[in-house]
Amino acid sequence: MTGYEILRSTNREEGYEHIGGAAPGATYFSDSNTENKVKYFYRVRAISPWGTSESLPSNPVFSRVQWFDFSRLTLFALALIIACAIFYFISSAKTGKKLFIRKIAGLEAVDDAVGRATEMGRKIIYIPGIMDMDSMQTIAGVTILGRVAKLAAEYEAKLEVPVSKSLVMVTCRETVKEAYINAGRPDAYNDNMVYYLTDDQFGYAAALDGLFLRDKPAAVFLQGQFYAESLILAETANSVGAIQIAGTAMPSQLPFFVAACDYTLIGEELFAASAYLSKDPKLLGSLKGQDVGKFIFLLVILVGVLFLTLNSVLGLGLPDLATVF
Amino acid sequence: MRREVPLVLTAMVGLTMIIAHFIPPFNILKDLFEDWFFIIAAFAIYLGVLNLIRVNADKIYRKSRDWPFGIVVILGFLVITIPGLFFSGGRSFSDPGTSFYFLYIHVYYPLSATMFALLAFFVASASYRAFRARNVEATMLLAAAFILMLGRVPIGDWITAWLPEGYRMGNAADWIMDFPQTAGQRAIMIGIALGVVSSALRVILGLERAMGGD
Repeated sequence: MTGYEILRSTNREEGYEHIGGAAPGATYFSDSNTENKVKYFYRVRAISPWGTSESLPSNPVFSRVQWFDFSRLTLFALALIIACAIFYFISSAKTGKKLFIRKIAGLEAVDDAVGRATEMGRKIIYIPGIMDMDSMQTIAGVTILGRVAKLAAEYEAKLEVPVSKSLVMVTCRETVKEAYINAGRPDAYNDNMVYYLTDDQFGYAAALDGLFLRDKPAAVFLQGQFYAESLILAETANSVGAIQIAGTAMPSQLPFFVAACDYTLIGEELFAASAYLSKDPKLLGSLKGQDVGKFIFLLVILVGVLFLTLNSVLGLGLPDLATVF
Repeated sequence: MRREVPLVLTAMVGLTMIIAHFIPPFNILKDLFEDWFFIIAAFAIYLGVLNLIRVNADKIYRKSRDWPFGIVVILGFLVITIPGLFFSGGRSFSDPGTSFYFLYIHVYYPLSATMFALLAFFVASASYRAFRARNVEATMLLAAAFILMLGRVPIGDWITAWLPEGYRMGNAADWIMDFPQTAGQRAIMIGIALGVVSSALRVILGLERAMGGD
């Protein structure tokens, strides 16, 4: 047996056309190219080195508009609970309720990094990752840039934002410009502070390495989505003595940043940074809402582990939560 | 108005993307918005290219510091763009026989590989700093790294061959990867997922104004 061919027709007896294939052992095939409310018949042709064999036609089936994807019901329920928790904490924060947010060392150091650059009269280089604006990490990186740019404007520090995507360049320019206006320093802003280098991953890394070595920045921010270039950038910036604050939600790159940078925002801290730096109660409320999500996940994991342990030791036949969810 | 319009557009597109994830008929709008993004991104490339040329031409014109690098950038841009656009018959850089392919294989590819290769040296220097046993956590990190590195090469099992099967260096390395490492990584992933949900809601609700500089 080398595989299966899937045949389809609107007539039970004839006109079957090849619409796809399946590997040996496959037990299902999904036809995503159908016309709604048209009846189709299917046949499966088994292929082997000795010839082919076809199944009888299936019963007629038809597709129709599915108004809700029930395979995502659990995800929907979870998302709804977490969203409600976030809304609840945002509204309670609006009423002035005090919310406790743990200290994030990397974000506490932002002021120091900008201050250091000002004192040394050297640049702050801000890198918002290597991905485009469709990445949530890039969006988080750009929001943090807004806070850093405002600080840089207030401290009169030199800020430079080399980017690897044109859309990121446009967004960063708007963000930095608005930050300078809000800091009361529109005169200090110019478009050349944010500039495009290249879309190419290692070309971008090479250009930034050159920039670090030539300009010897006092502070380097690496905030966004990074891949293999993360350590190349972090180690080069480290070699010129820059204070580095990194942040990413790429688990594979986090160890590199932790090893090479002074401060690292780990995963969720990257997304929390903007709220944390702004101290806006509404944004801080959204962080508190995440804790409800964490509690749910923790509970499910603990119950799941307990069920599996009881099943294994006592053979109770409790449900496996991994299949339930 | 200048602030409100982008916020309303963001909220509309963001909500549509969420709804489409659960209600399939909305996928038509989701696909449409994704197409729009790619079209806008494709046009935006020209903004980037123009900016690159303008910044470097300006640097050369003003004889700013390191201006010769500006010449290298513009020459590099022209050397790869002109053969790609005009002397490769509309074929891709991956089609052998074109000048575009020649430049890709003999210039771009080795340069990229060189940058990537630097990673090996940077891993060594970063590891040296990270694995110094300065406190309890760093010492645990050092011990885990030692076991992992030895467990991933044949000599690890060879020097622990006297131990029973299942307790050798390779098994210890597998255990570290399968249990403590996976548990830690999953905890980070859960935090990231929740962070994304929270950030997305802030952006959609218009609470996140830092992108507008607020």
